[in-house]
Amino acid sequence: MTTTVIISIFLAIFATSLQNARGATMEPCLESMKTASLPDLPYAYDALEPAISEEIMRLHHQKHHQTYVTQYNKALNSLRSAMADGDHSSVVKLQSLIKFNGGGHVNHAIFWKNLAPVHEGGGKPPHDPLSSAIDAHFASLEGLIQKMNAEGAAVQGSGWVWFGLDRELKRLVVETTANQDPLVTKGSHLVPLIGIDVWEHAYYPQYKNARAEYLKNIWTVINWKYASDVFEKHTRDLDIN
Amino acid sequence: MMSVAVTAISSSLSYSPLLLPSQGPKRRMQWKRNDKRQFSRKVAVSGVITAGFELKPPPYPLDALEPHMSRETLDYHWGKHHRTYVENLNKQIVGTDLDTLPLEEVVLLSYNRGNMLPAFNNAAQAWNHEFFWESIQPGGGGKPTGELPRLIERDFGSFEEFLERFKSAAASNFGSGWTWLAYKANRLDVANAVNPLPKEEDKKLVIVKTPNAVNPLVWDYSPLLTIDTWEHAYYLDFENRRAEYINTFMERLVSWETVSTRLESAMARAVQREQEGTETEDEENPDDEEPEVYLDSDIDVSEVD
Repeated sequence: MTTTVIISIFLAIFATSLQNARGATMEPCLESMKTASLPDLPYAYDALEPAISEEIMRLHHQKHHQTYVTQYNKALNSLRSAMADGDHSSVVKLQSLIKFNGGGHVNHAIFWKNLAPVHEGGGKPPHDPLSSAIDAHFASLEGLIQKMNAEGAAVQGSGWVWFGLDRELKRLVVETTANQDPLVTKGSHLVPLIGIDVWEHAYYPQYKNARAEYLKNIWTVINWKYASDVFEKHTRDLDIN
Repeated sequence: MMSVAVTAISSSLSYSPLLLPSQGPKRRMQWKRNDKRQFSRKVAVSGVITAGFELKPPPYPLDALEPHMSRETLDYHWGKHHRTYVENLNKQIVGTDLDTLPLEEVVLLSYNRGNMLPAFNNAAQAWNHEFFWESIQPGGGGKPTGELPRLIERDFGSFEEFLERFKSAAASNFGSGWTWLAYKANRLDVANAVNPLPKEEDKKLVIVKTPNAVNPLVWDYSPLLTIDTWEHAYYLDFENRRAEYINTFMERLVSWETVSTRLESAMARAVQREQEGTETEDEENPDDEEPEVYLDSDIDVSEVD
């Protein structure tokens, strides 16, 4: 008799805990939501000199990117609460904070990989297949660089200039986005190969208002290997299809 | 101290049909040429007036705002950024219809109801920066006196509440832009529509955030104060610490005297326009039509309530 009672109690507790677990797994995406974290820079802060100064790299990585990460996580947290509460007004209101800070995180995470010290291949032109693709779309590597620099210089206010792959149309493009909008906001089939930050914080301590000079110099530390890897990965997928 | 009249203007202006082919039958905005605010024009030896706005220096020496805003910042912000806007504007408009107009009108016409013409960026930034230098002064900060604090209290609850909201707006303006204190009168919230039944309560102070080069002139508000939150405005002195820059601006730089003077002009103009409005309304609405309403639906106006 006592054994039955104990077993019943045990089963009751087990059933309750199952219920709780089920309650939790009703919203798995919220419970297991991963927050963002500041990625390490793949090189020393002074490794991109003289194209980009150590001072800029420190501020850009430790202050600006870190702030985007912190604010993005904060916004995600608020979003989690709002969703749990069914507070749809707040859910909608949080979107701009998420877009801005999340975009900042996404864009800068790509940016650090877009750059490399000269002794690690920074500035070294791409090989095929990317090289031929560039020639086909922009006549030459210089042609692409000129277009990027012209578009980058023309961005009014804050934003980015991108060299990207359009997976749907199977071609290479140069695009700009405003503020921290990721490239995908210009088209869901766009894959960023190289992004160049043209916010003033990206160049001001060193270049002041001379954005064109910053754009000219940054090509000496652009990591074409990363761009090639991403390009090849996505065009392999396309070929298989 | 520089006595500055706010630049929003009122009177008849006939548009060149080349510039505004879609102008409706009713005049929505009226401007008066305010001679005091004419930017100086170069006069060639031959006596012929040539194109060209000139870069006006701030009303104080470039190092006078130290340590709150460094000489180096003024050298670049005024000496390079502001100068470039003026020079590029001149190159852009020379020989065009915009060439002979005062700067405020170039701004308003090139805004083109939100579908900005190429000259807008340079024109508006040239205007914004001159307005900005005059919004601050050595030994600035503190609190306003006279009519202004009364209106601030009426429209924001208290000076502290206003400060809090203004600073918060400036800190949360993503990307490049400006934050403004402006006087809004005789206008419905729908941009540029004339309020057919203006009331005293409609005339009020508002805080407005704008992106890039946009300023509240384009909604027919009277700007009273602005803070530049483009990174170039604070990066040399504060790096990424925009909040600290904003605090310093409000505590040490803002010229409340200038803001008060601008408010006086704005209020006077609002009263005058009201009187003119009632006079001309009968003429303009012979068939008792509704005034036309234009929407700038593609503009992101963030107004802090």
